Amino acid sequence: MPAEAQAAAGPDIEAVAEQVFTALADPTRRAIVAALAAGGPATATDLAAGLPITRQAIAKHLALLAGAGLVRAEPGERRRVRYRLQSAPMQVAQQFLAALARDWDRSLGALAGHLDQTARGPTTPPRHQTRTAPNPRTP
Amino acid sequence: MAFPDRIERTVELAHPRGVVWAALTTAEGLAAWFGNEAAIDLRPGGAAWMKWGEEGFTAQMRVERVEEPAVFGFTWHIFGLPDDDPRRTYVEFTLEPAGAGTRLTVTESGFAQLPEDAHGKAYGGNSDGWVKELGELAAYLDAS
Repeated sequence: MPAEAQAAAGPDIEAVAEQVFTALADPTRRAIVAALAAGGPATATDLAAGLPITRQAIAKHLALLAGAGLVRAEPGERRRVRYRLQSAPMQVAQQFLAALARDWDRSLGALAGHLDQTARGPTTPPRHQTRTAPNPRTP
Repeated sequence: MAFPDRIERTVELAHPRGVVWAALTTAEGLAAWFGNEAAIDLRPGGAAWMKWGEEGFTAQMRVERVEEPAVFGFTWHIFGLPDDDPRRTYVEFTLEPAGAGTRLTVTESGFAQLPEDAHGKAYGGNSDGWVKELGELAAYLDAS
């Protein structure tokens, strides 16, 4: 398993992650992506109805998002083309973020503290109030 | 490469390997510093889990290496990916004697695994919605 994990590392994942971050650095594109995530496939006209920007501006952003592989145009007549979110690039970006968010420093600090406490004797160890999981999903 | 595939940390602990080993590989030990609750079946292929907080975020692990008191390895799910995503990172603890204490190294690798379908192979066609999504799920399950 570790060998597999290593072998799959390739140079273009970074490019994929970079495209995701570049695309999402723009608030309008974030709004478009969020709308597609929440409501499913939509046309530029649909999106323009829900967002404070023109259809033309949305079409431009959609073209950029499609170029980055974040949305895909479904076949259809020109004005009725629906765009669908593509999750694969997001998952690559998520892996990048997961690596950054993995907080081993905190966890190992907790381990050292726990061992020191335990060695010091039978005093009641403080109940871990501030412990967090080594990733950002903890409350 | 800027994409961190591997994370490594080393810490010197003023406790013998046996004590550190117990903290890493027993439910009681893991629940005392890592999770809030834990369970572990300590053998290669064995299941383990840790739970955090009231809301019960749970990390499912699979024990991979058990070489007491030197190496303990497990895989777990990559945070943020769908629960059924097969990709996992591999975490390995290495315990070396250091004077009266232990030098503990943790490495976690596999963050940069490329999904098989990351490029291309997106959906086409025009019948969208759950019917298609569930069809893809079925195909995925058949293929694995």
